[in-house]
Amino acid sequence: MLRFKCPVCNTVADETELSPGGEAHIERMGPGSSDDAFYKYLFERKNPLGIHFERWFHAYGCGKWFHAARCTKTMEIFGTYKAQEIKPPKHIIDAITKKRPNWKNE
Amino acid sequence: MSTRISKAGRLLDRNKRLSFTFNGRNLFGFQGDTLASALLANDQVLVGRSFKYHRPRGFVSSGVDEPNALMSLGHGGNFEPNRSATTVELVDGIEAVSQNHLGSLDWDLGFINNFFAKIFPAGFYYKTFMKPRFAWKHLFEPIIRNAAGLGRAPSLPDEAAYDYFYAHVDILVIGAGMAGLLATYELAKSGLKVTLVEQKHYLGGYALSDDFEVDGVAVPKWLENIEKKLIDSDNVQIKKNFTAIGVHDHGYLIGCENLEVAEKMGRSSIRHRLWRLRTKQIVLATGAIERPLIFAGNDIPGVMLSSAALDFYKLYGVSPGDRTVVVTNNDSAYLTAINLYNAGLSVPVVIDVREESSGDLFESLRSMGIRIEYGKGIASVLGKKRVKAVELCSLTGEGSVQETIECDSVIMSGGWSSAVHLWSHCGGRLIWNDQLDTFLPDASKSPIDENGEDFIAVVGAASGSFWPSEVVQNVKQIVQKIQKKFKTSKVKSSSISIQEIKYGDSNSKYFTPEGASEKLKSKCFVDFQNDVKLSDLRLATQEGYESVEHLKRYTTLGMATDQGKLSNINGLKYLADFLGREINEVGTTTFRPPYTPISLGSIAGEARKGLFKPVRKTTLHLWHEANGASWEPVGDWRRPYAYLKKNETIEQAVSREVTNTRNALGILDASTLGKIIVSGPDAANFLDLMYTNMISTLQVGRCRYGLMCNENGFLFDDGVVVRLAEETFLCHTTTGGADRVYSWMEEWHQTEWWNKRVFIQNVTEQFTQITIAGPKSRLLLEELGGLDVSRVSLKPLDYLEGELAKIKARVFRISFSGELSFEIAVPSQFGLEFWEKCLETGSQFGISPYGTEALHVMRAEKGFIMIGDETDGTVIPQDLNLGWAVSKKKKDFIGKRAQERIFMNDPNRKTLVGLSLQNSSEKIPDGASVIIGGVDQANDNVIGHVTSTYFSPTLDKPIAMALLKDGKNLLGRSIEIPVDSEKILKAIVSEPKFYDAEGNRQND
Repeated sequence: MLRFKCPVCNTVADETELSPGGEAHIERMGPGSSDDAFYKYLFERKNPLGIHFERWFHAYGCGKWFHAARCTKTMEIFGTYKAQEIKPPKHIIDAITKKRPNWKNE
Repeated sequence: MSTRISKAGRLLDRNKRLSFTFNGRNLFGFQGDTLASALLANDQVLVGRSFKYHRPRGFVSSGVDEPNALMSLGHGGNFEPNRSATTVELVDGIEAVSQNHLGSLDWDLGFINNFFAKIFPAGFYYKTFMKPRFAWKHLFEPIIRNAAGLGRAPSLPDEAAYDYFYAHVDILVIGAGMAGLLATYELAKSGLKVTLVEQKHYLGGYALSDDFEVDGVAVPKWLENIEKKLIDSDNVQIKKNFTAIGVHDHGYLIGCENLEVAEKMGRSSIRHRLWRLRTKQIVLATGAIERPLIFAGNDIPGVMLSSAALDFYKLYGVSPGDRTVVVTNNDSAYLTAINLYNAGLSVPVVIDVREESSGDLFESLRSMGIRIEYGKGIASVLGKKRVKAVELCSLTGEGSVQETIECDSVIMSGGWSSAVHLWSHCGGRLIWNDQLDTFLPDASKSPIDENGEDFIAVVGAASGSFWPSEVVQNVKQIVQKIQKKFKTSKVKSSSISIQEIKYGDSNSKYFTPEGASEKLKSKCFVDFQNDVKLSDLRLATQEGYESVEHLKRYTTLGMATDQGKLSNINGLKYLADFLGREINEVGTTTFRPPYTPISLGSIAGEARKGLFKPVRKTTLHLWHEANGASWEPVGDWRRPYAYLKKNETIEQAVSREVTNTRNALGILDASTLGKIIVSGPDAANFLDLMYTNMISTLQVGRCRYGLMCNENGFLFDDGVVVRLAEETFLCHTTTGGADRVYSWMEEWHQTEWWNKRVFIQNVTEQFTQITIAGPKSRLLLEELGGLDVSRVSLKPLDYLEGELAKIKARVFRISFSGELSFEIAVPSQFGLEFWEKCLETGSQFGISPYGTEALHVMRAEKGFIMIGDETDGTVIPQDLNLGWAVSKKKKDFIGKRAQERIFMNDPNRKTLVGLSLQNSSEKIPDGASVIIGGVDQANDNVIGHVTSTYFSPTLDKPIAMALLKDGKNLLGRSIEIPVDSEKILKAIVSEPKFYDAEGNRQND
């Protein structure tokens, strides 16, 4: 069972305390967006075997959403950060590249 | 025969005699016995029948890997099937019954002899019994089902109690053999907090059955000394009868503690306890499991593993037989032979498939004068319900018998498999070691925790350190690594002197003879529990099942309750040989939790009966219960479906409630409806994004029916929004949607529009909400007194706050029934008081409570939609004629972009219509397909489906709503609803409004 440190309340929370929210940093496409962009927003998701930026909801805790960088293969977590970050912050990227120098954020 | 031997039996307390029964027979054992050792001591060698062929079976092992000795224990509410006798600690009064036989264990009518066995090869059910067709269901299947199977399912609810424990531990050592005990001792010395768990009821593992000397004393004594020291240390916790079931991500471990003995002694009220442990470090000291050798008749009772025979003798003082033939490919069986010989038993021959051996054990055997036959194998074991003799043959060749050797037991050793299961559970890789003839954990590919650090270390036989001196070295290394990880102060590891013993090399032969004929192969068992034979593997590989995963599924190899602990490696070896590949290339199947079967009770824990899924109750729940409520589950709630009076059917009650509400006065508990407060400077603006309607134009004191869509544009919730104050809104949701909508708003606020200054609060349970509906509802409110509810002051969709009957209340003039109706919210603590006041005051107006079904009938008569009936996750508001509630002016709301897609504006989309039956009082079936132009096999003419259907007491006819393709143009047309192959109902399409379409009643 995974565990994450919630960056809002700073609790280390078991997976059962959380609810997963899929890929992070997806930009919302509202009225005026092209069909293609809207389609991608609705349906296209990354599914990497490796590092994944993802959303988690501290459902049975502080009730806040947050982001996490997790390796889907080894379950290593490189850090968690607030849901209001629109892209992975530098310290997260640094933490990843320190351990995985060849990793590229695509 | 198997008997007690007085000079051995380390675990027994011979002063404490215990009585138990097996198949009704009274037997005796001693304190410290397992059920298996006690049975064997009574010469009960035949203990079960095999799964498929009902072959007589005896004990193979002495532990969790036992495939045959599955029994049913207890009776009534304490009945438990499929317990492995080797893992049941004997207590007074155990009632054990053998399984899987028709008639008695000795004379099983279901026994399938070798001739008939030929029609049950691997995958037989794919090939045989194809014709005639009906025979499968009525003849073959019942026979096969009757023949196959394990114990019976219990017929009564389990009387025992189970629970969960949650704990955090620093270091968890799994397995208390020599390696585990030593590792615990060394780690504890450096001040670390260690928990040691052991699946058996004693510590010591296989080393407890061994003889070598450590620090000048025999190893069992030395282990006992360590155990004593551990018990005395403050930072060590020891748990016996505790099986580590599964290792999961980030150091999470599930364990099952067996408290049966304590329970039977009255020291525990719990039978099994499931532990959920979060560990910083796991040390696997799980040892190894001995493999059988494969030869014809290796499943005849009396053939057992060498380690099991040694355990039975050393720990429980039970002999496997008087004359024991040993067959082995490694030195470990020599130890058993030496011990049996020293006990005064006869060991006529040691058959060794190796060409030669050397080492200290070999020397001992030789000095005792025990006959050793190298390069030989067993052609066949003779005997039916008990070993009678073995036929010696050359290892090479097809098994021509050189000599028949009489014996009453055979012990075998086909090498050792490291118990790597837990390592693999969480992604640890395995690597095949040719020299040691086992899979080993690949330490370079260890499971890692959230910080990327290894969290599992492996010591002892589980890591490939099989011999005592290797274990000491290996433990030392691992302990140092862990001390470094935990940054403990340097503590010198104990210096341990181990008696130097030389061992011969093992080899990898796994079946004899090498050229076994097909006839022999069909008696060579690989998987005892599932009756998989060498001939089955041959057939499967020959038919092309060459992947290990296919082989497993086609033959069911390793799929029994022992999960192939004994059989998998032998199966893999056969596959590798067949394919001419290395085992590493063939691979292995994935080990998954649980390591051993655990009771369903332990998984359920306390979540039984009322605690299984707790029911949410409104403040009026007890009143409903006392007044004839027939319950309907709605989400986690229970709502009264109808209130039954004496001698009334549900239909009659619903009809009465509808009629009373339409004609006089009804009262409904609507408390389960979701209530969410959204407040703040940007609340109006935020709700404009949440709802399809324009919410920001709503005036204070007014209500509006609002719709919520998801980003796909589909309708998912509805409810009335009330503007309580300039910056405060009360959003009503459906009963089932309350939590979902609340989370939905939070999610959008936190993750997309966090700059909006709003607070969202779910206040569903803070209010009791009561609907007063019917032509006399205004009279009741006036009688209750306190608020001006006149036509002028409280118009439709108005909202008032004040006191009603001296209770603080919010009154909304909204109607879901189509009648003049008021919804009244009072603080929960006054809910029941207010409800009772309404009933008391309303009695003069003929008030009567109504349930959800009456509510639904009335809403359907009015053509109001229900989320989940008229919607199914693919319906947009426009389909339901609710386009008026979708704002055209707003720049954005959730779902707006999706509703601009071409598909959403397709004129052929299904739209909501009403259906009325012609000349029939029959109810239209819910969810039925609607067709036009008669039944067509291709289903081309299905134009939609029925979404809601009721009998309307108001109109005295059945009514229904349906979503039909191009429904608007079907008004007035006749359509058909097939009920079954015979009957087709005819109905007329109408507007989905059956009653008071103008709304005069609710607007009165």
